[in-house]
Amino acid sequence: MGSETIQEVRGYRRPEPGTQPAYLYPPYASTVRRAPTKPLIFMPHTLSEVTGPIFGHSSVAPGEDDLTHANGGEAVGPRIIVSGRVLDEDGRPVPHTLVEVWQANAGGRYRHRVDMPHSPLDPHFNGFGRVMTDAEGRYQFKTVKPGPYPWGNHPNAWRPSHIHFSLFGPAFVTRLITQMYFAGDPLLPFDPIYNCIPDENARKLLISRFDWETTVPNHANGYHFDIVLRGRNATPMEK
Amino acid sequence: MRLIATGNQTVGPYFHLGLTQMLIPTVAGPEVEGTRITIHGRVLDADQKPIPDAMLETWQANAHGKYAHPEDTQQKPLQKGFLGLGRVATDDEGKYSLTTIKPGRVPGPGGVLQAPHLNVSVFMRGLLRHLVTRLYFPDELSNREDPILKLVEPSRQATLIAKSAPGRTGVLEWTVITAGENETVFFDY
Repeated sequence: MGSETIQEVRGYRRPEPGTQPAYLYPPYASTVRRAPTKPLIFMPHTLSEVTGPIFGHSSVAPGEDDLTHANGGEAVGPRIIVSGRVLDEDGRPVPHTLVEVWQANAGGRYRHRVDMPHSPLDPHFNGFGRVMTDAEGRYQFKTVKPGPYPWGNHPNAWRPSHIHFSLFGPAFVTRLITQMYFAGDPLLPFDPIYNCIPDENARKLLISRFDWETTVPNHANGYHFDIVLRGRNATPMEK
Repeated sequence: MRLIATGNQTVGPYFHLGLTQMLIPTVAGPEVEGTRITIHGRVLDADQKPIPDAMLETWQANAHGKYAHPEDTQQKPLQKGFLGLGRVATDDEGKYSLTTIKPGRVPGPGGVLQAPHLNVSVFMRGLLRHLVTRLYFPDELSNREDPILKLVEPSRQATLIAKSAPGRTGVLEWTVITAGENETVFFDY
């Protein structure tokens, strides 16, 4: 060992049962013709899987963490500050990782060509932002609270209010795309996307909590949302 | 105390809003050494219908077989400006196109070198968690000894190997089929 062609690779942990969605989940109709039908092939983690893109601080421009104004005006809707930490399963911070977010406006409408015109676009809300976590894994951005919106999955289907999050983490296998929800949303029990995660405790981790600490008087409510990426095996051989 | 890793959720139909702000259809600029290749193809569903709202991300080593990442400690050259990430979305006909360099071989389990490959993540509405696959290169003898390809039954290995476009040097074709007949091999990662 120790030669330059033999690198001992310490892989990342596999998900605990029930904490990740299955690919096929018929209550979410679009999974039916898109989910793979053959079993996935278990692969060990090699150098290819434990490496991943490293973004510099210059990847994000000033102001990309504020979604509340665009095109020379202020967006409509209740201002919120969303903050939290990105950690691994051992509670270690994930520093300097890119977080990309996107969402509907306060009326539940996305600035996207395929969204239905059920509610107007807001000329001063684009609905996307980017931040880097700091050295302690913290992130924060300001936006407006997204509205719920109808979709075609089943009769009278509505998505609860949510913000999409995309993270890279330190490795190819720590890539995560998820959605953040809001505590007390009456639509959550009926949403197949939220409910695709079988384990109730794991599912509830997608719900942000109201946060006085970050609430700004006369301006914005705070919401706290921590994100946990896969942790590392203790030894190279562990599965 | 061990925390539970956050559950994945679909990118949904509106991911372009957040994620195609940072499209990366050219993985390596002209200053990066290596053999230029263009990969194009389509993403199809179980009915072999094109998927117009898919996104592919690719992750790769440079031409020397070195990743731009601190955990790759190989004594191999690494040029500044090579990130190694590609990100492309499909169009209305389910087509994508990516230009990059052919990666070199990187170490695999037990010191066996892996064949040149791109690591690929597949995202779309209808996928609650992204799929992971690999793209290998045609006419590459080292494919035979690749430790990951060996995990795949021979009849399905072809789904992971791009095809040379007839009469077009440096152009490869690779189609991803998420389900059904000729389903692409996806990995439990």
